[in-house]
Amino acid sequence: MESTSHITVQNLNVYYGDNHALKDITINIPDKQITAIIGPSGCGKTTLLRAFNRLIDTVDGVRITGKVLVDGEDIFDPRADVTMVRKKMGLLSQRPYPLPMSIFDNVAYGPKIHGIRKKKVLEEIVEHHLKMASLWEEVRDRLHEPASRLSIGQQQRLCLARGLAVEPEFILADEPTSALDPKSSLYIENRFRELRSQFSIILVTHILRQARRLADYIVFLYLGELIEHGPVNEIFENPREERTREYIRGVIS
Amino acid sequence: MKSRRLFKDNLARSIMWFSAIFCILLVILIGFALFQRSRYILAMKSLADLFFLDSWHPLKGEFGFFPFIMGTLWVTCTAVIISVPLSFLTAIYLSEYAPRMIREWAKPAIDLLAGIPSVIYGVWGILVIVPLTKNYIAPFFGRHSSGYTVFAAGVVLAVMIFPVIIHVSIEVFRSVSFELREASWALGATKWQTIKHVVVRKALPGIIAANVLGFSRAFGETMAVLMVAGNVPKAPSSILDPAYPLPALIANNYGEMLSIPLYDSALLMAALVLFIVVLFFSILSRFALVRVERSSE
Repeated sequence: MESTSHITVQNLNVYYGDNHALKDITINIPDKQITAIIGPSGCGKTTLLRAFNRLIDTVDGVRITGKVLVDGEDIFDPRADVTMVRKKMGLLSQRPYPLPMSIFDNVAYGPKIHGIRKKKVLEEIVEHHLKMASLWEEVRDRLHEPASRLSIGQQQRLCLARGLAVEPEFILADEPTSALDPKSSLYIENRFRELRSQFSIILVTHILRQARRLADYIVFLYLGELIEHGPVNEIFENPREERTREYIRGVIS
Repeated sequence: MKSRRLFKDNLARSIMWFSAIFCILLVILIGFALFQRSRYILAMKSLADLFFLDSWHPLKGEFGFFPFIMGTLWVTCTAVIISVPLSFLTAIYLSEYAPRMIREWAKPAIDLLAGIPSVIYGVWGILVIVPLTKNYIAPFFGRHSSGYTVFAAGVVLAVMIFPVIIHVSIEVFRSVSFELREASWALGATKWQTIKHVVVRKALPGIIAANVLGFSRAFGETMAVLMVAGNVPKAPSSILDPAYPLPALIANNYGEMLSIPLYDSALLMAALVLFIVVLFFSILSRFALVRVERSSE
């Protein structure tokens, strides 16, 4: 199997004030696969994910050293255009945050801010990506209603469509099913399975079974350190590190 | 022992209940008293006469509020036109762009401005804005003016309502959840795009309420305006004319010449109009703000 890497992390350290949140992380994230970042609460999973689209920039008092190379370019280089970095990364957060506008405008928002103006083109983009998120059938007759009227599960799929509409290379998902009911969670998981051929998906999850069902590759973080990473079967069936084994068995959390 | 504790509990509750009721009752009582006293003039003159007659000659028995209502509107609108864009941009800067250090210093400083007695703003108006209007602004437009104008009053008033609008606007902007901004940034939106399309859009009802609150403040403000507006009982026709707003009319004249028939009643009628308008706008903006807070939860 060809395993090129779009995202390469080199000696990444993140500090929030005095708190050393990520310690010297070096890793290649495999391309066109689902990579799950697992680990106990506060281990730095979300910090690592948010380093990829530089959303950690917005935290007061954050300090970052090391490199994150996306398509060979260091995204923390002062000359890097942060909006172009973020355009490559579709984000799906823990809870859906629909923008205060209609369903249509939520999906059209990304393409619009990147300069697409033609109504016809926008309509095609919206339809295409709502279909990709398998929401089209449910909302095709009420595209101009406020997005806040959708159910939470529908809103999360809308956020997925919104993220896909800027045509990213990666999908960053931060516990995307934690606010959803089981049926809606299953919907999202199935979408991920379909999308894995086109996107590199990085999934933060605290649900080990979800990581196991969904992921191809596992990254295990513990207290800000990268303990172990490898293909899903290797990590779950034959972990090399004691702490990985304990975490998977539920001894540490 | 137990009954005494319960007694105290009940006592505390009733004292607070009475205080609360008293405050609410006070508003109603003031409104009622004003209405009682203005009934005399309401019985003698039609509302249309009172509001639209452009003639104020108490000695001749002519009580047209039109010049004063127009004076109030001119001054208030000038103030609002100046302060709305300025406070909007200031609030956006402080809420969205300013580093935490600046925000933490600027917010109390702005709140401090709200606590300065209005007479000081009036003095500032007389010392700075009035001469500025007289010597530079009026001549620039080819006009001769004493400087005591709608414009001077509007500027002073704008500076006075500035802190109120900014304070409430910042609260409204901060109530827009951080994750919503992140959702927009994550799509590659710039800060400005996010503010324009997401933050302002979400905050708009609250921002309007903040400005309505500022408007009702401006409408009722007396002292500073009275000192710089010129107080000529004639409806202004430009911002370089003097004006005589309603609150100034009441403050300047109540207690004097009350032997003139209906004079007392006319002034209290003016007070009633002022009272109702300010109350209306305050309640309106409160309602709007409460709704904004609910929707952001």
